[in-house]
Amino acid sequence: MSSTTLSPAPTTWRPPPLATLGPLFALVAAAAFFATQSDRFLSIQNFSLILQQVMVVGTIAIGQTLVILTAGIDLSCGMVMALGGILMTRLAAVSGLNPYAAIACGLLACMAFGLVNGLLVTRIRLPSFIVTLGTMNIAFAITQLYSSAQTVTDLPPQMTFLGGTFAVGGAAINYGTLLMLVLYGAVWWGLRETQPGRHVYAVGNNPEATRLTGIRTERVLLGVYVMAGAFYGIAALLSVARTGVGDPNAGQTENLDAITAVVLGGTSLFGGRGIVLGSLLGALIVGVFRNGLTLMGVPSVYQVLITGILVILAVATDQLSRRGNR
Amino acid sequence: MTHASRFARLGLSSLIACGAAASALAADAPVIGLITKTDTNPFFVKMKEGAQAAATAKGAKLLSAAGKADGDNAGQVTAIENMMAGGAKTILITPNDSKAIVPAIKKGQAQGVMFIALDSPAEPADATDALFATNNYTAGELIGRYAKVAMAGKTPKIATLDLFPGHPVGAQRHNGFMKGFGLQAPEAKVNELGKSAEIVCSADSFGDQAKGQTAMENCLQKNPDINLVYTINEPAAAGAYQALKNAGKDKGVMIVSVDGGCAGVRNVKAGAIAATSQQYPLKMAAMGVEAGVEFAKTGKKANGYTDTGVTLITDKPMAGVDSKDTKVGTELCWGNK
Repeated sequence: MSSTTLSPAPTTWRPPPLATLGPLFALVAAAAFFATQSDRFLSIQNFSLILQQVMVVGTIAIGQTLVILTAGIDLSCGMVMALGGILMTRLAAVSGLNPYAAIACGLLACMAFGLVNGLLVTRIRLPSFIVTLGTMNIAFAITQLYSSAQTVTDLPPQMTFLGGTFAVGGAAINYGTLLMLVLYGAVWWGLRETQPGRHVYAVGNNPEATRLTGIRTERVLLGVYVMAGAFYGIAALLSVARTGVGDPNAGQTENLDAITAVVLGGTSLFGGRGIVLGSLLGALIVGVFRNGLTLMGVPSVYQVLITGILVILAVATDQLSRRGNR
Repeated sequence: MTHASRFARLGLSSLIACGAAASALAADAPVIGLITKTDTNPFFVKMKEGAQAAATAKGAKLLSAAGKADGDNAGQVTAIENMMAGGAKTILITPNDSKAIVPAIKKGQAQGVMFIALDSPAEPADATDALFATNNYTAGELIGRYAKVAMAGKTPKIATLDLFPGHPVGAQRHNGFMKGFGLQAPEAKVNELGKSAEIVCSADSFGDQAKGQTAMENCLQKNPDINLVYTINEPAAAGAYQALKNAGKDKGVMIVSVDGGCAGVRNVKAGAIAATSQQYPLKMAAMGVEAGVEFAKTGKKANGYTDTGVTLITDKPMAGVDSKDTKVGTELCWGNK
């Protein structure tokens, strides 16, 4: 990206129509391969399962996508989610708070962490990598201290509702999965069609030029981090609903898993370019490999190997296409 | 690093000098160090409790430290240095990295410190003076034997939810389970997971509940007729149970596990886990402290491997398989009761 191409309105970047084609191709190719290897792979039931397995990371990845679109990165997402999950489950199951109020508290705590991240990034102008490295550790420590490292069980049914399923044509569809898909749809629309959404791209593309056009970039950034926190809070509820417990050891690998999903989905780590739906594809690619390799009876370490290769491919493709655009 | 650690050591030793002056009376109390993998896992919290109780009873002074996270070797090396500066003559350690910790242990031994590995061995095992630990192969064998009798008459279709590739404890429990179940199994020394036609699916759970659930879901997708599930530990077992429950199969499938944490014993009582092999962190630590006091008094070092024992915990005992019920299991468990 060179500054000589500065346009007066840097809000006009529109995703090229084929932008998500790469990850989509990878996903379809992987699915086609596994379909030939296992007769159990190609079923609505199995796809519903894979969606359930990626719904937590997938929802975190929405927040992560927003942050990465602004050329930031959020390492704290998984630990913030774990804190939100422990907070809502303990408040409900141990302190006896109304389950909906407890869920709201968990969501608010995650948003508060997002606010802290955002304030440190915008007011003190610290790099997001360092800020979220700090808040990641803080959230982890608070989670352990608050829960005494104990798993919370016996949750009220309202908290695990999203883990339940309903039948459509013989396949069990999960409520949480639906929620994740709706969130993806809403964010995709919001980023594409609303002014604040376009501002997110603009800030990521060129913050200085964006500021000069009169957009309050700090406010956009702050909003992004708080929104991201809200998505981590929703992911916390989904994780609680899926496992049926509040787990103090949840979320430990979710930050890198979410970044992996975002990168596989074609969003540029340099900011300003990407489509949130790509992150869903990225999360699904990892889930499809994990599921498919288990069905084939192949050790899951190969999934890690393949994920690594795909990440490099995705980033290299992004870098090369940027050069081409110059 | 050298500057920082020199300053840290200087600071620490002057602190200790002050402490020593203040408590000149207790000058002869042997100092024993305990270094656990982390200080948040209830298993190690229990281990620390056991060590503290034994130290108080024997008039020893206990220093304790832990790695920052599972796998943190550097933190444990720093802890060894600090404890030696603090006058520890015996150091009890649960190595985070069985190989990487060895040079630091060698350095300490050269200065006359006795090292005892607790829970998991260093590599090679004789790098420490002694090892007090569960025999993980036996722990696997117990639940394997139990499952064999409990499954009498049924054709076994087994899923194994293992730890992660290459970890000796994961291989020992898995292979011990196979041996106990009467399958062709690798020996205790082998660091690879055994395979057999009866095991229709193996997946890594990382000992984690959410990942265990995902692993079980994928296994059920591979083979919906699975009727026996071996799990590396009780969080993984809880995840497996959740997956089975979601699939409406929680009644017909038996889960066996290893650990004996209080949460796990509760799941045995509730019927989610059929049986678990319970291990005893408190005992490992208490024996370690006693050995340390003995060493301080007589100069006699502990050596070799001491099995701290495992007990099969189940509320549905099977003929010919020794077990204790969950009441006993709860008394001896670790974590919040």
